[in-house]
Amino acid sequence: MTKQHPAWSPYDNNGGTCVAIAGADYCVTAADTRMSTGYSILSRDYSKIIKLADKCVMASSGFQADVKALQKLLAARHLIYQHQHNKQMSCPAMGQLLSNTLYYKRFFPYYSFNVLGGLDNEGKGCVYTYDAVGSYERVGYSSQGSGSTLIMPFLDNQLKSPSPLLLPAQDAVTPLSEAEAVDLVKTCFASATERDIYTANKLEIVVLNKDGIHREYMELRKD
Amino acid sequence: MFRNQYDTDVTTWSPAGRLFQVEYAMEAVKQGSAAIGLRSKTHVVLGCVNKANSELSSHQKKIFKVDDHIGVAIAGLTADGRVLSRYMRSECINYSYTYESPLPVGRLVVQLADKAQVCTQRSWKRPYGVGLLVAGLDEKGAHLYYNCPSGNYFEYQAFAIGSRSQAAKTYLERRFENFSESTREDLIKDALMAIRETLQGETLKSSICTVAVVGAGEPFHILDQETVQKLIDSFEIAGTEEGPAAAPDSAAEGGSAAEGGAASEQGAPAGEGVAPMDI
Repeated sequence: MTKQHPAWSPYDNNGGTCVAIAGADYCVTAADTRMSTGYSILSRDYSKIIKLADKCVMASSGFQADVKALQKLLAARHLIYQHQHNKQMSCPAMGQLLSNTLYYKRFFPYYSFNVLGGLDNEGKGCVYTYDAVGSYERVGYSSQGSGSTLIMPFLDNQLKSPSPLLLPAQDAVTPLSEAEAVDLVKTCFASATERDIYTANKLEIVVLNKDGIHREYMELRKD
Repeated sequence: MFRNQYDTDVTTWSPAGRLFQVEYAMEAVKQGSAAIGLRSKTHVVLGCVNKANSELSSHQKKIFKVDDHIGVAIAGLTADGRVLSRYMRSECINYSYTYESPLPVGRLVVQLADKAQVCTQRSWKRPYGVGLLVAGLDEKGAHLYYNCPSGNYFEYQAFAIGSRSQAAKTYLERRFENFSESTREDLIKDALMAIRETLQGETLKSSICTVAVVGAGEPFHILDQETVQKLIDSFEIAGTEEGPAAAPDSAAEGGSAAEGGAASEQGAPAGEGVAPMDI
C-alpha cells in the first residue's frame, strides 16, 4: 500500500539564503533579495531582513508568508516588552522569545529558517541560529536557506577555530574586522549565486554596531 | 455630597434619576492631582502635576504612552489609570497587527467609554475612579478627548481635570480660541502656564510637573526634566507677554533635544531613576 500524499500543502518554499557573522563589536547580517516559487521568480527585490529591536536584526528564509507572520508577532511582542520594561529588548532576550514563539507552533510549524544577529548586553556581536521549531544556539556565524549547504562549509573553512587536539598547535582564528566580515559575506553570496538558482539578484547587508545600523546592497548575478 | 439610601449599589437609581456611585467615582477624579491637555491643529500637549506622597517616595506616573500617536494623562485612582492604559496599549497593538495602520483616536476613546459604561451597569463591579485625557493624532488631525468614569467622553480644544483644575480651566478658557494656530512651543508654554495656575502660588519647577507632546511627525513622548526646566526658565524670565522672542529660541533647542527621546517613553520625571512602583 503506497503512502497517501495530500492534494494540497499549506506550505511553499520561497527560497533564498541568509547569513550572519558576529564580530568583536559588530554583527553582519545578510540575505539575498530573490523570492521564488517552484522554478518561477516572484520578486527580484524582496527583503528577508527585519530590524526587531535597536540591537537585533533577523533574517529568515523559507516560506515568506510564515516569515511575515512571525515578524509581525515578534514586533508586537517587542512593543509590549517596551511598555512593560521601559527599554528595548536585548538580542539574547529576543533570541529566547523567537525560540519560544517557534516552539509554540511545534505541531504546525512556521516554515521559517532564521538567523538572528545583533549585539549582546556587553556590546559584542552575537548570532543565533534556529531550526523551524525553535531549537537554537548562539554561534559565531551561521547560514540558513537554500544556499546554506554551499555557504556553511566555506564559512567553517574561513572562520572555525582549529581543534585544540591538532599538532602542531595552530593559531586560533584571528578576529575579523567589520570590513573583512562584509567582504567575506559578499564572497559567500557571489559563490552561492553561481550554483543555487534560488539565490540571486541582489544582496542586502545589514551591519549593527555601537554607532547604530547600516545597510548596503550589492548586485548579484540575476540568472 | 451627602449619604443617602440610594448610593450603596451602582445598579440602584435614585428617585431623581441619578446613579450616585458613578457620581462618587467622578468625585475621585476631582480629588486627584491636576492634569491638563490642549491642542492645536498639528500638536497636542499633555501636562500634569506630580505630587509625591512624601520626600522619600517617587512620583506617581500619570502620563502614559499608549502608542506612537496616542498618549494619555490621568487623574484620580492611578491604579485604575494604569490598568486602562494597559488596555489601550493592547488595543493599539492588536489593531496595528490586523490593519497595519494606527488605531484612530476616536475609535479608541469609544472603546474606552464602552468599557467604563459596563462598570456602571453590573452589580458586581465598580466604576473606574479615573478620568483620562487622551491625546492623539490621526488622519483628520490632532485630537484631545476626556473620558469620564461614567462612560461619557467629549472632545476638547483644551481641558483640565483633577484638584484645582478650575484655575487652569479659567486660564485656558481665556486663550483657547488661539490654540488652533499655535506653534508647538507656544502650546507647551501655555500648558506650563496652565499647570502653574493649579499650583496656586507654589513655584513651578520641572521636578513637580510632567509634560508630554505628540504631533505631526513627532511620536508621543514625555519631555525630560532638563528640557522642561529650560522652558520654564525661558518664559518666567520673559514674564506674561504673549509669544516673547526669548522663548521660541531656547524652546526650539529644547524641542529638538526632546525629539531624541522618541524611543523611551519615560523621560524619567523623577530624575534620579524610576522606582519599580512607577510601572
